[in-house]
Amino acid sequence: MSHMETSFYQQAAQAELEKIHSAALTPRARMAITVQDMPCQDPEVRRHNMQEVAIGYTREQAMLEAERCLQCKNAPCVAGCPVKIDIPGFIRKVKEGDFTGAGQVIKQTNLLPSICGRVCPQEKQCQLPCTVGKALGGVDKAVQIGRLERFVADYEREHGLQTVPHAGPSSGKRVAIVGAGPAGLTCAVDVRREGHDVAVFEAFHKAGGVMVYGIPEFRLPKALVASEAGLLESMGVQFEMNFLVGRTRKLSSLLKEDGFDAVFIGTGAGLPKFMDIPGENLVGVFSANEYLTRANLMKAYEIGKAGTPIYPSRRVAVLGGGNVAMDSARMAMRLGAEEVRVLYRRTREEMPARAEEVGHAMEEGIIFDFLASPTKVVGDDKGKVAGLEVLSYQLGEPDESGRRKPVPIRGSEHFVPFDTVIVAIGNESNPLISRTTPDLHVDRHGHIIVDEKQKTSLDRVYAGGDIVLGAATVILAMGEGRRAAAAINEVLQ
Amino acid sequence: MKTEHRIVSKRQLSEEVYRIEVLAPLVARERKAGQFVVVMYDEEYSERIPLTIADADPEKGTVTLIFQTVGASTHKLALKEPGDSIVLLGPLGNPTHIEKFGWAVCVGGGIGLAPLHPIVKALKEAGNRVTVISGARTAELLIMQDEMNAVADENIVVTDDGTAGRKALVTVPLAELCAASPPPDIVVAIGPPIMMKFCAETTRPFGIKTLASLNTIMIDGTGMCGGCRVSVGGATKFVCVDGPEFDAHQVDWGQMMSRLGAYKDIEKEAHEKCHLEMSIKQLEKERS
Repeated sequence: MSHMETSFYQQAAQAELEKIHSAALTPRARMAITVQDMPCQDPEVRRHNMQEVAIGYTREQAMLEAERCLQCKNAPCVAGCPVKIDIPGFIRKVKEGDFTGAGQVIKQTNLLPSICGRVCPQEKQCQLPCTVGKALGGVDKAVQIGRLERFVADYEREHGLQTVPHAGPSSGKRVAIVGAGPAGLTCAVDVRREGHDVAVFEAFHKAGGVMVYGIPEFRLPKALVASEAGLLESMGVQFEMNFLVGRTRKLSSLLKEDGFDAVFIGTGAGLPKFMDIPGENLVGVFSANEYLTRANLMKAYEIGKAGTPIYPSRRVAVLGGGNVAMDSARMAMRLGAEEVRVLYRRTREEMPARAEEVGHAMEEGIIFDFLASPTKVVGDDKGKVAGLEVLSYQLGEPDESGRRKPVPIRGSEHFVPFDTVIVAIGNESNPLISRTTPDLHVDRHGHIIVDEKQKTSLDRVYAGGDIVLGAATVILAMGEGRRAAAAINEVLQ
Repeated sequence: MKTEHRIVSKRQLSEEVYRIEVLAPLVARERKAGQFVVVMYDEEYSERIPLTIADADPEKGTVTLIFQTVGASTHKLALKEPGDSIVLLGPLGNPTHIEKFGWAVCVGGGIGLAPLHPIVKALKEAGNRVTVISGARTAELLIMQDEMNAVADENIVVTDDGTAGRKALVTVPLAELCAASPPPDIVVAIGPPIMMKFCAETTRPFGIKTLASLNTIMIDGTGMCGGCRVSVGGATKFVCVDGPEFDAHQVDWGQMMSRLGAYKDIEKEAHEKCHLEMSIKQLEKERS
């Protein structure tokens, strides 16, 4: 598809809006409305800059897209949302042009809509069960809930309409939140609303967790994350930065000596996983965590300004098929690589990445080598990466999950030259807190074991997000933070 | 309750070596021998710089950091003055395992003498006899000597050019000590990787347990980036959470050194630029 300017979408939406009379629309007529595409930066331009790729709906597009919603009584979309936003409710407001009202509906259950609207895998959550998508035979035809959510949140912020959630009267109780990522921030808000004092302890120098170190600027602008964290500060949430619980202070000391009545652990992803193939410690092999942290949090792309260097790459291999792999590949492209290839052992259908990100990566010229996986990183005489030995796969019989299993093709090993390899196959858990907190139970992967209320094996200690789930998503982490907050608020009553 | 990490004192120990004392009460209270911190000279563009802790005063709530201006970032850190705040995270890494071994030989090369000092102190407090080998390129770069002399049973000084102590590499007296009867029970080596590697080679034939503290590239220092990984005994280890100390006989030194050099070209350019800037600033200071 050729690239279209925002004005094109706006005019098309305007014309279509003028033709319809909202109140009189039959479900059939609603379903006939064109799905509103997301205006984006031109791929040829954006592959060389860090600015946000998706520009966001115009108000005409948002109102037209909102007309596609059938306002189903059973609201299957809400069941698909990890934080149970009243989706038909906010879409109704958008349809009426009451964007502020729409924002208020969303804010009842989600304080970070500008983030969720951008990074949630909607096609696997709210948009998957959407009646419209089902009727039209594809999830890509579902009502574009995520894009609408983003529109509403951006409208609110851009028009200075953001309101600070109200903190209840002081309860005299204190809650420590470990980690300022999506789980921790969500938990902090909900606990603070009840009037408890909240201190967030963060090891990095900026709040946001994966939203600042991992997800790139071109997908989630950092100013936006800072603005959301700022809202928390306005609520009276205290941030203690550069503080590593487990090292700067033990978890048990927070409870026993520092007077905290409850603790929430949301420390996120830990040690990066590697492929366990020869040559992975060669110069030029990076975990996606390292590569993205250099580029995002440490701003290595601002060459000349940033103290943190980024490896000069020409030919980059990214191993993995998730969002982090897409982010790494697209970042490498923006940092000046000539060729970026994503190697994935299965096919596009099985890729866990958000569909939109895969599409964007393809548009930007990232090459996908499906049914391929490296067996060895080959080095040169200086200990630097020279390339990969790659084994090809074919799809065999379906496995227990019903997916056709990739089977290696014997003798298909071949050499592909690369100077950089980015490994994006997930994370182990960070061992710091569990090692320094003897009675905290973890599973064999080091993930903290919690009950249905996110409570750990220790009294008054809760956990959620990637430290419990392994590598998951921002929204699932938020869902866990919210559940933990409810439990904490209950025990502190 | 925001903790501000303010520099309370600063001293230039040699042309390239600085000693700063930073207010960090929690770190000063928790830290143990062998641990390190990550510092940044600002919150926007600074690199995260891992530095070992040379000393701490829990009463005053300060930690002492000694660093050499080897790259752009350490130069910018050296431009900070008392009263300025820096970003500081710690203490990181595992403390040195301290017990009564008997006779411990502690080898420090250059800036490595700084992190060695608290280990010497801790070994001494645990009832060991401690021999220190202090090495540097030249007398001017020899640091921590008063502190070492005050705590060690013996301090053998060597310099590459003979301007202080014996004209020798640290491995020469180390080999002599290893040949003693009975030999040392443990050797701890901290310094440039090449020095630690040769210390390991020196003690290996004697079968003396040897620890080295690795100063790899790292970003977060908390077990997230994996940049610090190193092969130890054939297994990949993370210096920040598994180290920083490892069995020196098991470390793949060649790999570790090549990984340290990953950004050498970029760093060289930045360093030269900073060196110039710093010289200009110093000139300006002298004039005013």
